[in-house]
Amino acid sequence: MEMEKVEILRSRIKEVKTQQVEKGDMILSSLHLAQELFENSIPLEAAEAIAEELDVKIERIYELATFYSMYSTKPRGKHLIRLCESLPCHVVEGPQIEKKLKDILKIDFGQTTRDGLFTLEQTSCLGICGVGPVMMIDGDTYGNLTVESIEGIIEKYRGDRK
Amino acid sequence: MINEKTLSIEIDGKNYNIPEGKNLLEFLLENGFDIPHLCYHPALKSIGACRMCVVEVEGSKNLVTSCTAEIREGMKIKTNSPLVKESREVNLSLLLKDHPDDCMTCDQNGNCALQDLAYEYFPSGKPLFGYMKEKRYEIDDSSEFIVRDLNKCIKCQLCVRVCDEVEGMSIYSMVQRGHESYPSTFMNLPLAQTNCVSCGECASICPTGAIVEKPSIGKARWNKVEKVKTTCLYCGVGCQIDVYFDPKKNDIVRIQGSSENREVNDAIATCVKGKFGYSFVNHPDRLKSPLLKKNGEFVPVTWDEALDYTAKKLIEIKEKYGPDSIGFLSSARCTNEENYLLQKIARAIIGTNNIDHCARLCHASTVAGLSMTFGAGAMTNPIGDIEFAEVIIATGTNTTENHPVYGSRVKRAVRNGSHLIVIDPRKIELVDYAELWLRNLPGTDLAILNGLLNVIIHENLIDEEFISKRTEGFEEVKKAVEKYTPSYVSKISGVDEKKLVKAAEMYAKAKTASILYAMGITQHVSGTKNVIAIANLAMATGKIGRPGSGVNPLRGQSNVQGAGDVGCLPNLFPGNQPVSKESVIEKFKMAWNVEYLSDKNGLTSVEMFDAIMNGKIKALFVMGENPVMSHPDESHVRKALEKLEFMVDMDIFPNDTTKYAHVILAASSGFEKDGTFTNTERRVQRVRKVLNPVGNSKPDWMILKDLMNRLGYNAHYESPKEIMEEISKVSPIYAGISYDRIEHKGIQWPCRSIDDEGTAILHQNSFSTENGLGKFIPVEYTEPPEIPDEEYPFYLSTGRILYQYHTGTMTRRVKEINDLRPKVEIEINPEDAKDLGIKDGDIVRVSSRRGSIEGPAKITERSQKGLVFIPFHYAESPANMLTLAAIDPIAKIPTFKVSAVKIEKVKVEDRV
Repeated sequence: MEMEKVEILRSRIKEVKTQQVEKGDMILSSLHLAQELFENSIPLEAAEAIAEELDVKIERIYELATFYSMYSTKPRGKHLIRLCESLPCHVVEGPQIEKKLKDILKIDFGQTTRDGLFTLEQTSCLGICGVGPVMMIDGDTYGNLTVESIEGIIEKYRGDRK
Repeated sequence: MINEKTLSIEIDGKNYNIPEGKNLLEFLLENGFDIPHLCYHPALKSIGACRMCVVEVEGSKNLVTSCTAEIREGMKIKTNSPLVKESREVNLSLLLKDHPDDCMTCDQNGNCALQDLAYEYFPSGKPLFGYMKEKRYEIDDSSEFIVRDLNKCIKCQLCVRVCDEVEGMSIYSMVQRGHESYPSTFMNLPLAQTNCVSCGECASICPTGAIVEKPSIGKARWNKVEKVKTTCLYCGVGCQIDVYFDPKKNDIVRIQGSSENREVNDAIATCVKGKFGYSFVNHPDRLKSPLLKKNGEFVPVTWDEALDYTAKKLIEIKEKYGPDSIGFLSSARCTNEENYLLQKIARAIIGTNNIDHCARLCHASTVAGLSMTFGAGAMTNPIGDIEFAEVIIATGTNTTENHPVYGSRVKRAVRNGSHLIVIDPRKIELVDYAELWLRNLPGTDLAILNGLLNVIIHENLIDEEFISKRTEGFEEVKKAVEKYTPSYVSKISGVDEKKLVKAAEMYAKAKTASILYAMGITQHVSGTKNVIAIANLAMATGKIGRPGSGVNPLRGQSNVQGAGDVGCLPNLFPGNQPVSKESVIEKFKMAWNVEYLSDKNGLTSVEMFDAIMNGKIKALFVMGENPVMSHPDESHVRKALEKLEFMVDMDIFPNDTTKYAHVILAASSGFEKDGTFTNTERRVQRVRKVLNPVGNSKPDWMILKDLMNRLGYNAHYESPKEIMEEISKVSPIYAGISYDRIEHKGIQWPCRSIDDEGTAILHQNSFSTENGLGKFIPVEYTEPPEIPDEEYPFYLSTGRILYQYHTGTMTRRVKEINDLRPKVEIEINPEDAKDLGIKDGDIVRVSSRRGSIEGPAKITERSQKGLVFIPFHYAESPANMLTLAAIDPIAKIPTFKVSAVKIEKVKVEDRV
């Protein structure tokens, strides 16, 4: 299974290589692809595959993967919840949302739920302060969050478990 | 690049002229300014990370880091203004806040740049923000050689940069961001699980105790050690090293690359052997007293008894059987001075030219082949010159393992844009860096080299001007290579035609191109012809005698170049002067004050063993060699040694050869004496005494001097310095070499007078032949004398690995190295292993027509299908039981790289 994913990753990187972009961009795109395939993190085999396919030192992959907060080299949940920590969200009840999220998920920032479904993280401003407080789950953003609305949103993703 | 132009700048109110392009920090340090710095090293690009070297520049908004400052005309600089001081104080405090205050147990106490600065800036108080409260990182001590405690890391990035810029490995990178960043291995793996090659440069360069040498921990405080600079004892690169030692214990504590010699080892570089391979010095096995065999047992005797007996026996045998009944084997690991004395004993006292050394087993074909074509058998260009080569051909050299520091330079050249072509049957590390890899069948090099020239001629890529002005004999070679068309060569070598054509085009079309080669070219029956073919190729394309263009044989031992230079060859006096030439003989008779010198070429080392067998040689004098292990066909060598009437062996350890001696003279190691080595690029460098001779051992030169006097020759050398004075008098290429001149940096021969700065590149305007012209010599490919057949279906190739050195007498006595590579690994291709039902680590028996050995198999793509590789370091699995003693007819070098073997898995019940 894991090996299959690595092969898929390799073939996708080969596609990336056909694009007219700089090598640095190819690495970043490949890291994103790896996270898509490997549940939001970059395991050792994936980093090795990227290093080989793009002919870069593997340490450089690790350097980039740890530099950008969007990547993780540690295993993360299937869904990634990123709650905005910036001031505009903070003053419109961000802290209450934070507390509610932690209660529902029974985890703190940087942790993953036992069932491996969610990882909770903080993020800097997402640029949609008008609808704060906001959070992102995977690629989707949710604005005007209220303590009441949170549960429903999370439940929607729990449905995926089946 | 530094050029002639200078800029005028003002520093602390005084005017200075600084060469344009000069690093400001370097300039300040050279001119006596006390500028603190933590992340600067002369070997590396500056990055301004630590911000301790800041200076105030008039008109600049912020303080400027002097290590990265751009210097402009008229610049006004203050190095110690209140602003500068305050900034440094705050900076240093920020660093110390993230550093523990446990100096009392830190291994770097007393040699820590951070500690020094803390003491200087806060002599009677605390840094502004205190010290680290809680440690954040676990210590990584997984490596045999290196311990990393990143709690002590100050993020100077020196380890990251040295591993990347100098070693070309990039084991570390800075991970995480900002305050959280630290130098880490990939995925934070323990160092032992990475590709780290243990060069130890990160430990050498770390300014604090974050990365330290594991074998040194607890050995001695820095204030108890002294430092001596010397030349590394291992390969021919000749790295300059600082040896730190404890005079009380007479023991080495640690070794670091000297920062003085950028031209040789990048002002820092070492390999695992040079950096960590020193603890053999005080190994309990060391010979501590001369030994005499009495009733079959070695018993310790006094020096007087041992030397009197040796002298008596040598004289006896000379009188009974004549001077040519004695053979001498000198050592490429002894100094120039010692080798000079031994050949002087052979020639001036005994009266024979039967003197040779292990170059016979490695580069005899180079000396022969390049002398015949270029007139001088040595590396044409300096080590650093490789970075000017547009195209590099590396053939038959596993550079990153056998000349690691030079290998790193090749990798760096590739990174900076050089195109690398590897011609090698094995998938060596350099293949990963190559644009083109010609994987040939063993022993087919000559066909390939001729084939390349064929393409070059066919496509009219020859350098006609160079050929007509500088060389002779091209037409014959042109004719000879006609039949070596790509298709013909492809059939012989197994290399794709297109690759052959491409390689030839790349080499010929490049503005500058350099060929590197080593044992893969020379250790063949056609060794000399292979070398000639390389010379032909270089001359036909004019790729010689210029920066970046040359023919570069890499020499394997610390002084293998020097041993030949000073006359330890059966046909040459010191300074490459032929023994058969009358004027030379007359000159040496005068210089040595003797009446007779033989004008007959002596026997080579391989021939000596045949001569023992047929009774011509009765006595053998061996200095620092181990022919039982290093020569081909081990059982033949053993039989010969048993037959000797008298054998004297001078060594630092008992080994497989000393067993056969009648007298063993206990020599001191290279760390216990003065002298010089000549490295692969012809650079004569100092070897300095670090320790007192261990036990009752004596430096070889002293033993030889004492023996000379006992043999009736007056020898009064007070020190090796005086011997070098004599060498420079008798050998014109060493005429300008003296200890005073090479105190800091070595000089490359030819160096013909005391005003001569030496010669970096050979053959610039004319070749060293008598008429000054390079000589093309046609050479024909012939099949190796033994190739696989039904009974012995595999090719066997032998060689070295990174961690061990030659017959292992030194490295196998270094605990950490031997723990890492304790056993032979027989390298087999995965497909072959599958066919034979062999798994990784299975014990296999490899047999040839001469014998068989056993050892664990290592399944690896490095060996192509049909090829087995066995390193020759391991006495319990001696690869040379298998090798063929067939020799090159010209250079008499044995064919270590091709013989035929069979492999079988050893069943457990078969094992004794």
